[in-house]
Amino acid sequence: MQKMILQQKKRLTWISGLLIIFGFFGRFALDNMTLFNGTLIIASILGVAPIAIQAYQALKVKVVSIDVLVTIAVVGAFLIQNFEESAIVTFLFLFGSYLEQRTLNQTRSAIKELTEIAPESALKQMDDGQFIEVEVDDVDEGDILLVKTGAKVPVDGTVLTGEGYINEASITGESETVRKSKDAHVFAGTILENGTIQIKTDRVGEDTTFGRIIELVEEAQDSKSEAERFIDRFAKYYTPAVLVLAIFVWLFSQNIELAITVLVLGCPGALVIGVPVSNVAGIGNGARHGVLLKGSEVIHDFSRVDTIIFDKTGTLTVGNPKVAEKKYYGSNIEEARGYLASIEHESDHPLAKAVLDDIGEVELSTVVDTEVIKGGGIVATVNDHRVAVGNLALMEIENVRLDEQIRTDIKKYEANGNSLVLTSVDGELKILLGIRDQIRQKVKDDLQKLKRLGVKNLVVLSGDNQGTVDLVSSELGLTEAHGHMLPEDKAAYLKNLQAKGEIVAFVGDGVNDSPSLALADIGIAMGNGTDVAIETSDLVLMNSDFSRLPHALGLTKATAHNMIQNIIIAIGVVLVLLASVFFSDWMNMSIGMLVHEASILAVILNAMRLLGYKAKR
Amino acid sequence: MSKAMLQLETLSCPSCLQKIEHAVKGQNGVDADSVKVLFNSSKVKLNFDSEITSIETIEKAIEKLGYSVIHSKVKKA
Repeated sequence: MQKMILQQKKRLTWISGLLIIFGFFGRFALDNMTLFNGTLIIASILGVAPIAIQAYQALKVKVVSIDVLVTIAVVGAFLIQNFEESAIVTFLFLFGSYLEQRTLNQTRSAIKELTEIAPESALKQMDDGQFIEVEVDDVDEGDILLVKTGAKVPVDGTVLTGEGYINEASITGESETVRKSKDAHVFAGTILENGTIQIKTDRVGEDTTFGRIIELVEEAQDSKSEAERFIDRFAKYYTPAVLVLAIFVWLFSQNIELAITVLVLGCPGALVIGVPVSNVAGIGNGARHGVLLKGSEVIHDFSRVDTIIFDKTGTLTVGNPKVAEKKYYGSNIEEARGYLASIEHESDHPLAKAVLDDIGEVELSTVVDTEVIKGGGIVATVNDHRVAVGNLALMEIENVRLDEQIRTDIKKYEANGNSLVLTSVDGELKILLGIRDQIRQKVKDDLQKLKRLGVKNLVVLSGDNQGTVDLVSSELGLTEAHGHMLPEDKAAYLKNLQAKGEIVAFVGDGVNDSPSLALADIGIAMGNGTDVAIETSDLVLMNSDFSRLPHALGLTKATAHNMIQNIIIAIGVVLVLLASVFFSDWMNMSIGMLVHEASILAVILNAMRLLGYKAKR
Repeated sequence: MSKAMLQLETLSCPSCLQKIEHAVKGQNGVDADSVKVLFNSSKVKLNFDSEITSIETIEKAIEKLGYSVIHSKVKKA
């Protein structure tokens, strides 16, 4: 019975609305007071039923909700035989919550679009080798699936046979298709635009990259900032307080009408919903534009950021360094190249790949006694020769003699913005390599946008030599640049700024800069969608797209403003209503309810503006 | 302990949250600290002891409040 009434809420709303119109028609056109009172009594009873049930359920779990206030008010109006008020108030309340739900769904639409991409079915290979369509929930790790042209990839997996072009926009935001063949990884929620592939299932459901993104966004929308928790606590006591106030008003004035009007006017609706609704709309806009914001605390902090620190490699630059200049010294160069390749072959340093690409195919020798010198390079023994590969500091430790010519070359390479890799064999310098990384496209414009949005300092910190860092900095117009920074130096630099009271964001690739990402007020990861970075940072720029950073900053600022506007609307309306009930004679329950519902819709509509937010070009 | 996710009809009032949270936490066999009601995605996530209670009992408790459960997923942990 209770459930039935609640399910019919929408219909009850319309019926009671029609009855009210009919009643007023009876009163003014037909001059029939009995008809008027009769219809309004029925409208009140029909209207208050679902509200009263919700109020009862709330009280059962010891919550004084808005429904409780409204129910008492309506019953009170009924007792003093003011059927007009009781009918109109219930109708407005029901109609208001109907509109609320409709508009709320709008603000949630951005995220809903995202979750609806989730694949639902899969073609699974059965024991007899046939592929049968099954629900995606019935797919387990290790299962072999068939994906045909136009279909969604149902799980995270590895391609076994076949090849095709996949649109990974749902994961990376990048709409250009990617070619995948045997052993390539494919992701749930992406679309096979061309070709047919068979894949082996690696991860299913919520464990897939797509599942994790959705879970993260869903939890982010509901995460609460300090301010919101305060409002929640406030609302918890506020609603009972309104009830107490109404009782006092009734005891002192002996005026039931005034007391129940206070009940209706005091409803906290817009205040409770105002901040979360901005939050949802803001996070939704971000999700659509490749910016994952992890909750409203991040929005609050990032909107007030003073300094943004950038890692260089992979953030400001493409992260795919290449040997740009090289020079050899002395004799036995072929051997030295072979030793260098042998050592770099075992290293996972980002520059190692560039070195190997440049050397090409050579004969490799066995490397023993490898020693990694932190912030310097590698020293090892190859074919009984002591070989050192690293920067200038390492050469000095190794007492490598650097003559005038070499020193001039080194200066020139540094000035050109190269990172240096020097190789010495038995204390003699053999090879000097200058490795350079390209600056990402349009980074300069994006940094200018950040400045216009009010960021005071843009800093680059890098492990590279100062020459390289200075070059990048002057090219991009940054405010500060520091080279020779180890991960712990970066963290110390960041701490120092925070100690001065600045709000600091750190942008990095999330792997080697994890201490700084964790320490920063806002850790921003350049994620390609598959990184652990998604989990460790506060804000993720999907597909490592730097150009989304200005959008992210503008969006958090707009969202933070929006929340403040909503709080002002909500508090302002309640104050005006309560003041006017005591100091004016035009205020009554129905007008109060109307204004109250209008204020709720106003905050929701205000928040909806965020869905269309776009960073200024 | 089993891990459950229940998808509810669209929630529109913040006080529904409190109601649902109270009701689910009050169930015997439900790990009260694990209960999370997500307002915007209209989901409830929780851990429960499958020897004491069942997903059907939890669903019933929520339905009794007047919110319909659209579907639910249980994972053995």
